[in-house]
Amino acid sequence: MTWFLLKGLLRDRHRSILPVIVIAAGVAVTILMYCYLLGFVDDTARTSAKLDTGHVKMMTQAYAEISDQIPNDLALSGVNKLLSDLKAKYPNLDWAARIKFGGLLDFPDEEGETRAQGPVFGLALDLLTQDSKENERLNLEGALVQGRLPESPGEILVSEKFAQNLGVKIGEMATLISSTTTGSMAVQNFILVGTLNFGIGPMDRNAMVADMSDIQYALDMEDGAGEILGYFPNLVFNKEAAEEIANEYNSVNKKTDDDFSPVMITLRDQNGLGELMDMIEIEAFIIVAGFIFVMSIVLWNTGLMSGLRRYGEVGVRLAFGEAKSHVYRSMIHEAILIGLFGSVIGTVIGLAGAFYLQEHGLDFSGMTKGSTMLMSNIMRAKITPASYFIGFIPGLLATVIGTLISGIGIFRRQTSQLFKELET
Amino acid sequence: MGDGALITTKNLVKQYPIGGRKFTALKNINLTFETGEFTGLVGPSGSGKTTLLNIIGALDNPTEGHVIVMGQDTRELKHRQAARLRTEHLGFVFQTFNLLPVYTVFENVEFPLLLLEMSGADRKKAVLKALEWVDLSDKIKSRPAQLSGGECQRVAVARAMVKRPKIVLADEPTANLDAANSHNILETMFRLNKELNTTYIFATHDEKVIGYLRRKVTLTDGQVIEDVSTTPRYPTANEEMS
Repeated sequence: MTWFLLKGLLRDRHRSILPVIVIAAGVAVTILMYCYLLGFVDDTARTSAKLDTGHVKMMTQAYAEISDQIPNDLALSGVNKLLSDLKAKYPNLDWAARIKFGGLLDFPDEEGETRAQGPVFGLALDLLTQDSKENERLNLEGALVQGRLPESPGEILVSEKFAQNLGVKIGEMATLISSTTTGSMAVQNFILVGTLNFGIGPMDRNAMVADMSDIQYALDMEDGAGEILGYFPNLVFNKEAAEEIANEYNSVNKKTDDDFSPVMITLRDQNGLGELMDMIEIEAFIIVAGFIFVMSIVLWNTGLMSGLRRYGEVGVRLAFGEAKSHVYRSMIHEAILIGLFGSVIGTVIGLAGAFYLQEHGLDFSGMTKGSTMLMSNIMRAKITPASYFIGFIPGLLATVIGTLISGIGIFRRQTSQLFKELET
Repeated sequence: MGDGALITTKNLVKQYPIGGRKFTALKNINLTFETGEFTGLVGPSGSGKTTLLNIIGALDNPTEGHVIVMGQDTRELKHRQAARLRTEHLGFVFQTFNLLPVYTVFENVEFPLLLLEMSGADRKKAVLKALEWVDLSDKIKSRPAQLSGGECQRVAVARAMVKRPKIVLADEPTANLDAANSHNILETMFRLNKELNTTYIFATHDEKVIGYLRRKVTLTDGQVIEDVSTTPRYPTANEEMS
């Protein structure tokens, strides 16, 4: 009987190919949307983590409260010891001290007069220590447009766009004008050795990247740093582990009566990233649930149309003694087969699209020109193990629910009407 | 009513609610059908013949009274039991053939045997035999759309007969056929009735069908007004009989 019904299913294109196309299209869109949302949140979180938040971040409590103002006068001191303690206690994480700063970068002419000048957002990283992973983490090599990376103290990088706007060239001297932690003016000369294009709107407008020791010296922050960032291996954020580390660290080191005692926060606690991640998770759920709902209605209608087309067949089957429950079950089995088949095709198409978007992404640089959010200009999809089966949930559920609803008519049908119906 | 009766109706009444009133489709029907009958329920439209056929076929229940089919009171049967009765003992022939369009002639005829869970080899043997009865052995791979109306109805007869049921219920089986095909199909059924001793009950007002009957039950307004034995008047039928 199963083979008999299967033959009918394969031969009747209206009840096999049409639903399969509908399901495959829906599943493909679901997977594409799911992967793209994942890619968006992952990309945003990864970009933020690399440039700004780390997976966990340590600051003084006072600094943390107004960190958006980059209050380096409230920065951490004794950073070398803090770093070695953190490395000893949490060896799985890579720890890096950073200083964010603002200032003016001045490019003088041969006479020493200002030729070009512009405000910069500065980032001091450990660029010169042998075992530092900052270069690799930020992919400075890959972001380099002109010149080279700093190899000795006193060398800096700036955004390519910033260099173009000011008309400056590699090898020129630049003077950073900023303020020290004690509020006095900081003036420090550097050599521009390279330009960068991060592919991140705010960074590409006016970033300056310098070695940590140079900025410590320039801003009078010996053995100090605004933040110490911790990274999990392979830059993969682990929410539970991050929270555990932060809680454990804070329970020992955070002092309520000392504004300068350190506090550790996770990526999710910064820049609304936690809310963003939760929102994306909910949106992914809404997309899948929405697909199930919409497709159930579509497939219910398809089922009803198919049911009308198959009225004669169902009538004959009932007249010849097939039980209603058997007819109903066979329709559900058909739905499962169609759902599986459609889901496989949809998954292949969806994954192919997601793979393309993972590799090439969509370029939003035109739309993020004025954005201050640390997000890539190119948004990519992300394929995860869940991407391979997530489409099967709505694909199968929608088909089966659609069939369950449309098939109720079989039970409502009065067997006595069979002859009349079959004659019309 | 003989003790060995295949079908017995006792004080059968069927009413349908229409608006706020009840319409009585069958009024106090008492009939007995014996094995091997070739009987017609004859009457104009609305006389209740299809309703009676439905009730005999366990597709509907009487409002009052009883129908005993092969010893089973259809009123007492649950849906599954009624389905089982139809699977094992009843065959149906419809006015519009109702063949399954995506299946071949062979598969259409095979369908009732699948419900009986018969083995593949037995099914094949039975289907080929049934197609031989209706002279369609050369069409086993054809689809219904490739057949003429007469051929389709012959497939429907083969489908009804393939499991060798005790009873075949045929509702206006010739209504969509021309005269030649009607006679062809009736002769086939008449012959099978003789050869296999299958009971045929027709609901019809077609004179061609009536010409083959050996018993004619005339219904008018839901009542039996005549129940008579008749002599088939078509020559082929008489030849078959002799």
